[in-house]
Amino acid sequence: MDNIVIETNLLTKRFGNFTAVDKISFQVTKGEIFGFLGANGAGKTTAMRMLCGLSIPTSGSGTVAGYDIARQSEMVKRNIGYMSQKFSLYEDLKVWENIRLYGGIYGLSEKAIAEKTDRLLQTLNFENERNTMVKSLPLGWKQKLAFSVAIFHEPKIVFLDEPTGGVDPVTRRQFWELIYQASDRGITVFVTTHYMDEAEYCHRVSIMVDGRIEALDTPKNLKLHYGVKNMQEVFYHLAQTAKRGD
Amino acid sequence: MSTLKFLLEKEFKQFFRNPFLPRTLVFMPIMIILIMPFAATMDVRNINVAFVLNEQSPLTNRLIQKVSSSEYFNLVDVTSSSKEALSLVEKGTADMILEVPVGFERKLTREGKGDLLLSINSVNGAKGGIGSSYIATLLNDFALEMRDELAPVVLSSSTPVIQIVPRYLFNASLSYRTYMIPALITILLTLLCSFLPALNIVSEKEAGTIEQINVTPVSKFTFIIAKLLPYWIMGFLVFTIAMILACWVWGLIPVGNVATIYLIAIIYVFAMSGFGLVISNYSGTMQQAMFVIFFFMIVLMMMSGLFTPFRSMPLWAQYITAINPLRYLIEAMRMVYLKGSGIQDIARNLAALIGFAVFFLLWAVQSYKKSN
Repeated sequence: MDNIVIETNLLTKRFGNFTAVDKISFQVTKGEIFGFLGANGAGKTTAMRMLCGLSIPTSGSGTVAGYDIARQSEMVKRNIGYMSQKFSLYEDLKVWENIRLYGGIYGLSEKAIAEKTDRLLQTLNFENERNTMVKSLPLGWKQKLAFSVAIFHEPKIVFLDEPTGGVDPVTRRQFWELIYQASDRGITVFVTTHYMDEAEYCHRVSIMVDGRIEALDTPKNLKLHYGVKNMQEVFYHLAQTAKRGD
Repeated sequence: MSTLKFLLEKEFKQFFRNPFLPRTLVFMPIMIILIMPFAATMDVRNINVAFVLNEQSPLTNRLIQKVSSSEYFNLVDVTSSSKEALSLVEKGTADMILEVPVGFERKLTREGKGDLLLSINSVNGAKGGIGSSYIATLLNDFALEMRDELAPVVLSSSTPVIQIVPRYLFNASLSYRTYMIPALITILLTLLCSFLPALNIVSEKEAGTIEQINVTPVSKFTFIIAKLLPYWIMGFLVFTIAMILACWVWGLIPVGNVATIYLIAIIYVFAMSGFGLVISNYSGTMQQAMFVIFFFMIVLMMMSGLFTPFRSMPLWAQYITAINPLRYLIEAMRMVYLKGSGIQDIARNLAALIGFAVFFLLWAVQSYKKSN
């Protein structure tokens, strides 16, 4: 079972007497694109924060890249990339400066950073924007750049929290091409989204309702199981049983 | 420590790209050294005097001459109605009224005594008090001149006179400015090294970028040092510029050792940086942080002996100043700058500030959380 990169066992987070995440257990394998779906307030972000070592579990356990998320969170952080819902690059730094900063933070050498920056800008067709301040880039470009920065240090897993919110369909398509490329290189992608067409792109999908995982399978099997045509309907079917909203 | 290099690079770039911060570096020392000393002065000048004359005589003319030729007094009106003079005070055009009664000259020449009525606007008690003592000195002078003219021999030999010649130590010209400048410089350090980095950290919280840093292996310590170091450097740069300006513009040179000044300033900066970090750890938004900082800035300044000596405060207020780091710095700065005190003289202040530094830095590290 060497291929398992994320594993949780009855993972739970409570805030006071509100249970945000309620005993979730699942496994994700290497190179997989794992869709983490749920309505607003279902507990997706809290669960993801626990996996990234930003939030300490109330009970239950989990490992990410082979490290315990509660006790070895600093080791977890060395092996993951993270891109949050809120835009997470520095607006007042140039494109190359952002790349350099995160490369440096993960301990890459000056030389490696310089080489990889050139290659990255080339692949993204960003060479002309090397010296552009990030704040003057269009949102879609920022998101593509943020993703590339999140996997710049070749992490084992990358966590994406609603990475394509507010982005146009064409750019979203390009964004998913980047995700597939990363997955082909063996990087596991853990992604939350509200777009059901994106859910179809995932290898496997879990759907959270009121802090619990109500369904977990490939999109194809989920559609078969609920006897519907697309993921949108699978989601409706499950999400309408929810008792809490936002 | 190579991570620190990358983080420092980022902080410096952001500092100089900020539309506001680099300008602060230039304007702060100018404000504190070139402009504030004019404002922070207790010297009372330009006191506006209105005369009410109930008689006209050569003597009253001489009196008016005497008062209006002084650099401290301006003559605004000479009238015969005390009502009119009072309305001038009410309007704010006059600060004091000097009323000369009927028969003033006659009484003075015949009996050797004269009465004058002085009314002073004392809304500002200090100004009223100082104004009345100035005019008293002036009138005394006037009386002495009169006496010498009227009875030069008899009176001056029969009255024993004790003359006191004061020698003012450390600030010979009794300049309030000299007293204020070493203390005003400390405000620079407080703002630049404590409150600005605190606001910087909170702004990263608001932008969400701190979350991105928290999922990286960057340690708490490295992150905080990268935040503080640029402000420490800038703070001491401005501090040095301010001392040079004080010397150049006001001729104020520290009597004591400059190294002693830097030593105590550095310890103070450690303490206040810790305090700033504590504020940033407990604030979620800039608004919150600004409000808390504003509150503490006023308390720090008012309870530090900056404007008024803390020893003349009531005992309970003196206890509050005992937990104010700024008080220890201002006291020590004045001692070293004006009296030339050495390290042993300010040992108590050093010890207190070291205590604050340890306390706030421990609290800051304990309350900064990468996860919750």
